[in-house]
Formats: sequence, C-alpha cells, structure tokens
Amino acid sequence: MAGVGTAHLRPADEVLLQVTDLHVEYSAGRGRRVRAVSGVSFDMTEGETLGLVGESGCGKSTTARAVLQLPRPTSGRVVFDGVDLTTLRGEELRRVRAGLQMIFQDPIASLNPRREVRDIVREGLDIWPDHRYRAPENGRDESGGGDPGPSSPATDRVRAVLGSVGMDLDEVGNRRPHEFSGGQCQRICIARALALDPRVLICDEPVSALDVSIQAQILNLLEDLKELYGLTMLFIAHDLAVVKSISDRVCVMYLGRICEIGPTDAIFDDPAHPYSDALLSSIPQLDPGGGTEDEVLPGDPPSPFDVPSGCRFRTRCPRATELCAETVPELRAVSPGRFVACHFPLTASPPDAARHEGGATSTPSAATSSHP
Amino acid sequence: MSHSPETPTLVVDDLRTSFTTARGELKAVDGVSFSIHSGRTLGVVGESGSGKSATARSIMNLLPPGSSQSTGRVLLDGRDVRNLPRAESRHIWGVEASMVFQNPMTSLNPVMQVGRQISEGLRYHRRLPREAAMRRARELLEQVGIAEPDQRLREYPHQLSGGMRQRVMIAIALACEPKLLIADEPTTALDVTVQKQILDLLDRLRRQHRMAMILITHDLSVVAGRTDDVIVMYAGRVVERAPTLQLFTAMRHPYTKALFESIPKVAHPSHTRLQIIQGRPPDLAYLPPGCAFAPRCTHAQPQCLGESPSLSGSDASEHRYACFYPAGTAEGESALAGNRAAGQTAAGLALVNGPATAGGGAV
Ligand SMILES: Nc1ncnc2c1ncn2[C@@H]1O[C@H](COP(=O)(O)OP(=O)(O)OP(=O)(O)O)[C@@H](O)[C@H]1O
Ligand SMILES: Nc1ncnc2c1ncn2[C@@H]1O[C@H](COP(=O)(O)OP(=O)(O)OP(=O)(O)O)[C@@H](O)[C@H]1O
Ligand code: SF4
Ligand SMILES: [Mg+2]
Ligand SMILES: [Mg+2]
Repeated sequence: MAGVGTAHLRPADEVLLQVTDLHVEYSAGRGRRVRAVSGVSFDMTEGETLGLVGESGCGKSTTARAVLQLPRPTSGRVVFDGVDLTTLRGEELRRVRAGLQMIFQDPIASLNPRREVRDIVREGLDIWPDHRYRAPENGRDESGGGDPGPSSPATDRVRAVLGSVGMDLDEVGNRRPHEFSGGQCQRICIARALALDPRVLICDEPVSALDVSIQAQILNLLEDLKELYGLTMLFIAHDLAVVKSISDRVCVMYLGRICEIGPTDAIFDDPAHPYSDALLSSIPQLDPGGGTEDEVLPGDPPSPFDVPSGCRFRTRCPRATELCAETVPELRAVSPGRFVACHFPLTASPPDAARHEGGATSTPSAATSSHP
Repeated sequence: MSHSPETPTLVVDDLRTSFTTARGELKAVDGVSFSIHSGRTLGVVGESGSGKSATARSIMNLLPPGSSQSTGRVLLDGRDVRNLPRAESRHIWGVEASMVFQNPMTSLNPVMQVGRQISEGLRYHRRLPREAAMRRARELLEQVGIAEPDQRLREYPHQLSGGMRQRVMIAIALACEPKLLIADEPTTALDVTVQKQILDLLDRLRRQHRMAMILITHDLSVVAGRTDDVIVMYAGRVVERAPTLQLFTAMRHPYTKALFESIPKVAHPSHTRLQIIQGRPPDLAYLPPGCAFAPRCTHAQPQCLGESPSLSGSDASEHRYACFYPAGTAEGESALAGNRAAGQTAAGLALVNGPATAGGGAV
C-alpha cells in the first residue's frame, strides 16, 4: 500500500501544485533514520490557501522544504504547473522555482548577516531582471511620506514590498539583519519572498514573531494578494486562530502523516480525527486565570526513529483498538471534500458505540460508511 | 508590583538603552521601570520593535559592546548587578538569572551537540562531573517533552525541528535552576499541546523554586492565563501596567485596546477581515514630540502632539497608563466621539467607520 492514500487528491489538471506520496528520511548517525515524512499527499488549486498544522516535529517544515526540493525528497512527486520538480536539475529547477517562494521558519537565521536590507529584498530581482509582475509596481504605502529617494523599477519594487509589511525603505534600507528585532526580521523575510511576485508562497510560521496588529496587517495583505492575483499558499502555523483565519482548507499532520484534510470551518467546528480533536481542544482561551493543568493529550510523543505500527497516533489515542496497531488507516471521505485517516473517526456516531462494536473485529469501512 | 515587604527578585529602574546606527541614535528602551517578586510572573507585550528584547538584553548584560549605551539600575535580590567585576558577574548571568532567547537557531551553537550545550553550564557553574551533568541534561530534555532524549543529546541543532530547538533553549536556561528566568517568546514554535506542557513546567518551577519570571510574548492568551502582572510597551516605553486581571477587565491605553482588537478569534469563520492599527510603527531614531502613539491613535487631541504623557493612575489601584485620554474614561470617550464627529484626529488620522483596512498598498 502506498502511503496513507490519495483519495483526497483532485484531478491533476484542476490543481496548480500536486504533491503525491512524499517521503523524506534523514540519516541520524549510527545507522538510524528519522522518517520525517511518510507518504504525504496534497494539492492546491490556483488561489487556494492550505493550512498545515500539527505537533512540533511532525514534519511540516520538512514537507514544505521538500516541495522546493530543499533538500530533494527521498521519494514522491511534486508537480507544479504540470512540471514534476523532482525530475528537474540545476538551472532548469532554479528557473521554475522562482515561481515558488518560501518564508522560512527561523527568520533571522535565513537572512545573510553581511548584507543590507535593501540588497536582501532585491536579491531575486537582480537574478531575474526581466521578471514580469502581475501586480502593480507602485503600491507605495501612503503613510510613507518623505523624500522617495532615487527611483528605478527594482527600487520601486523593493520600496513597495517593504511598505506593504509596514517598513520604510529609507529608514531600514542600509541596516543589517542583526540591527532588527525578531518581528522586523520576519517582515524582511516576507518582503523578500513577495518581491518576485510568486505564484505559490510557502509560509513556515510567517507571523509567529509579530505582534497581533502587525500580524493582522500581514494576514490582510496575503488575503488581498490572493483575491487580486490568485496567490496560492501553503501556510504552516501553530496559532490555530491564524490558520483558521487565512485557510480555505486545513491539513492536520501527526508524526509524518496526514490525519485529516478538508474545508477549514468544517474541521474547526467538528474535528473528525482524535488527534485534531485533542489539538483543537487545547487552544488557549483569552481569559485571565484560564491556565489549567489537565492533560488533553496523554502520554509522550512517540519516537520518529521507531514509529508505532499501524496508526501512528494509536499510542496516545483514547479510541485505539487492535485494528489500529495492525492496519495503517488510509485517508477516506467522511463527507464531501473531507478526508480522515482513522479507523474510528469522531463523526456523528457516538464514540462509545464505535469503540465497543469496533474492537479488533470491526472493518474500517463499517466505521466510516454511515456518512453522507 | 505587589505590596509584599520582601525584597523583589528583580528591580529595574529607569532603564535607557540606545543603539548607534547610521541614521543616528536609536532609543530602543526609554525609561523603563518595574519590579518582580519571587514566584511571580510578569508578562511583557507590545509592538514588534518596541524594545522588549532590548530591555531583556539590557537586564542580562548582553548588549553589543561597541554600538550600544545603557543607563539605569538593575537590582537582583537587592544587589546592583550592572557594574560588578567580571569575576563576580560570571556566576550570575546564565546561573541565577537566565534567558530563553527569541531566536533558537542563532543562539544555539551549530557545531556543538545538544547534550554538551545543556550540560556545559552545570559542569562550569555547578561543578558537576561529566556523567552527572549529562544525566541531568537528559532529564531536562525529558521534562521539555522531547522523545528519545538519548538520541537527541548526540544531535546538532540543525537536526532538530524548530520547536525542538526552542525546547533545547528552555532546557539550557533551566539547567542551573535560576531565581529569575527571562523567556523571550519561548513558545512561538510549539503546537498548543506542547506549549501547554512547557508553560505548565514553568509554572511548576515557579511554585516549587519560587522562580520569578518575565514572559515576553505576542500571544495574549498566554498572557491572560499565565501571568500575574502585565506591562505593555510601545516605542521603548511602558504605556500601560496592571495586574493581569485588571488589565483584561479595563484596558485604558488606546494602543492596548487596539492591540486586543487585532486578535484573530477562533470563534470567527475563516477569512474574517482582521482589524489593524492604521499607520506605521514609529521611527525610533526620530521620535515625534508628544505621545509616540499619537499619529496612529483614534483618541488623539492637540495636547497629545505637544506633551508626552507619563505613567499615572489613581492611587487606589495598581493600574497605570501613559495617556491623556484613556479609553473607558469620560475624557477618553469624549475625545474619541469628537474625533469621530470630525472625521479625523488631531494628528490628521482619518477615522473610517467599520473595520480598518490594511495600511500598506497592494503589492
Ligand atoms: N536536517 C535534518 N537532519 C536530521 N533530522 C532532521 C533534519 N531536519 C528535520 N529533522 C527531523 O525531522 C523531523 C521533522 O522535523 P520538521 O522540522 O519537519 O518538523 P516540524 O513539523 O516543522 O516541527 P516544528 O513545528 O517544531 O517546526 C524531526 O524529528 C526532526 O528532528
Ligand atoms: N543591535 C542593534 N543595533 C541597532 N538597532 C537595534 C539593535 N537591536 C535592536 N535594535 C532596534 O531596537 C528596537 C527595539 O528592538 P527589540 O529587539 O527590543 O524589539 P522587540 O520589542 O523585541 O520586537 P519583536 O517583538 O519584534 O521581537 C528596534 O527598532 C530594533 O530595530
Ligand atoms: S489619547 Fe493621546 S496620549 Fe492617549 S494614546 Fe492617544 S495620542 Fe497618546
Ligand atoms: Mg517547523
Ligand atoms: Mg524581540
């Protein structure tokens, strides 16, 4: 059986990016291997935002980087606009990759400490001088004011993208990364990624270092780019309210595999995978004194060097039976557009019924077929 | 901030830190004062670039030597620790007072195994033998919820996920059981379940060892659930300060209020337009006279443009705010109503009805 299923993929000619059965393994020394990503498949139509959430270390960043072939996945296909990136080399790959930009998780570490901000942001523009933007170049921030300084198409572009993340080229242009705060570095990374006007933007925790007001400004900007120019996004974040706000669809991962994928509001209203349920019920509330000590997810995270058999969540799942230890659950539809990889999903049937009739004898289809 | 008679673990008095930049002197911290008692947690929130990390670095003596100047007093357990001889200060920083840095990747040593990075302090400051220090490092990794600690002890930072690096930083900071922990965005790379586990661990240490903690965070639900007092920073200054419960029931500073209105809510359907604060963060090298928030403030009056408000409030309460027209007061509400009627503020900010739209132009 290949991975955890591809039933949720849409026809290849309807999507802009399609990732099929992605596997990434790292060598961890002494002959041990980390199975960071094991059979992940997803797709995005043009202008769609897919949110990617899951436990720390479950393989989100690895998945994101594998899409860009940084590094190349151990196996699997990544088809962007009809071209399989895993088959491209050198110059060819670099050219196609200009259409896919990434905002990396650790903003400061991803900025060259010796370069000035203006050069960091215009880097890509110099490599692709004849790049044509779909977006207007004079999106100058109206609050900018002051002397606009020397102007050229590239400078205008740099000024516009910095302005859109709330920074002024004249103020920050000739400073270097170490002179900025965590959130300022993150905004520089966002500006750099947007400068080339990518078709696909891969965002790995793009707003985690920002205060909520600048975060709101960036999220609104991304929504505008999506509305106006059909920007397609893979959006990784731990802040579930942020993910909910920006995503059309959400994909929940656990230990290298997809648990559940489907429309955002449906998953947030009614998670079907026991892990999604645990995750969503731990969202901290905005009330003073609300910190509690009750455990939502019992047990320790399993080792990625020695993953559990069957369903990888079973060692911490309140619904697990023998079946879960024996058979890897495949992604199956529970309702139109919603797919869950669980033998006993938390859909309409009462949990006790599922558990009791379930046991080792229940078949996977019996547990999921009762839904429209 | 509480009226306890014992000596506070940390007193910061009129801290001022500036950086020399190509465009002149940048005032990153501009007269910040606060104190924390043992076993208490102070939350620090505020605008990106408002001087939160610079405040933390100033306290911890970690400013870049050539390009920064810092004045003000820092007392640890009543002792002035700003001008101690090197031999004495060596066993204070990283031991009695330690810090979790905002950027794990740049603060960890990329070419040293994780186990050595955690155990180093224990060997040097606590004189533990190698084996014992490693055992303690392993225990710490387990406490921060990292599976297979033995394997991870031998790995290098680049082999870890973002959230694992962050937890390694926390393990390093906790290794010597500090009296004061300054945690700068300690849980940004963690999913909500691991975040909870880490915050519970810090809570436990706070109670058991009476550790005092400064929690710098953009996550306002973490502030709500995990702090006793809060300070809100804007442009290098404290603009509001209160016991957490009080702040959440009555936000007085217009910046604090606007900040909370920008929070995305899980209860809202996806793609709900978010509220922002109009305009841009101030240029700290060229601060306008008057209130630094005035150009973006919906309450701003002529007085705000000329005079700088100082931190004040009624004597009966510990709530303090630096604003002439605070929200929820008669002056504040009438200032806002007047601006609404005029369609703009004294600083010329146009007041639109309904949710504000993004300040930046389309890209
Ligand atoms: N370069 C590498 N070498 C070896 N192992 C690695 C490497 N990069 C990641 N890993 C391992 O792969 C697994 C997945 O890591 P990844 O960074 O993709 O997680 P993540 O989901 O992004 O986590 P986080 O939310 O903490 O950022 C982890 O066990 C990690 O230790
Ligand atoms: N080494 C430095 N040289 C020059 N300027 C600096 C330096 N470090 C910080 N600054 C500036 O000082 C100001 C305060 O920075 P600080 O890092 O304290 O912000 P912060 O409140 O922690 O923000 P964030 O929430 O984004 O981390 C910023 O405007 C920043 O650009
Ligand atoms: S009302 Fe005036 S003093 Fe208060 S925040 Fe607004 S501008 Fe500053
Ligand atoms: Mg990651
Ligand atoms: Mg900071």
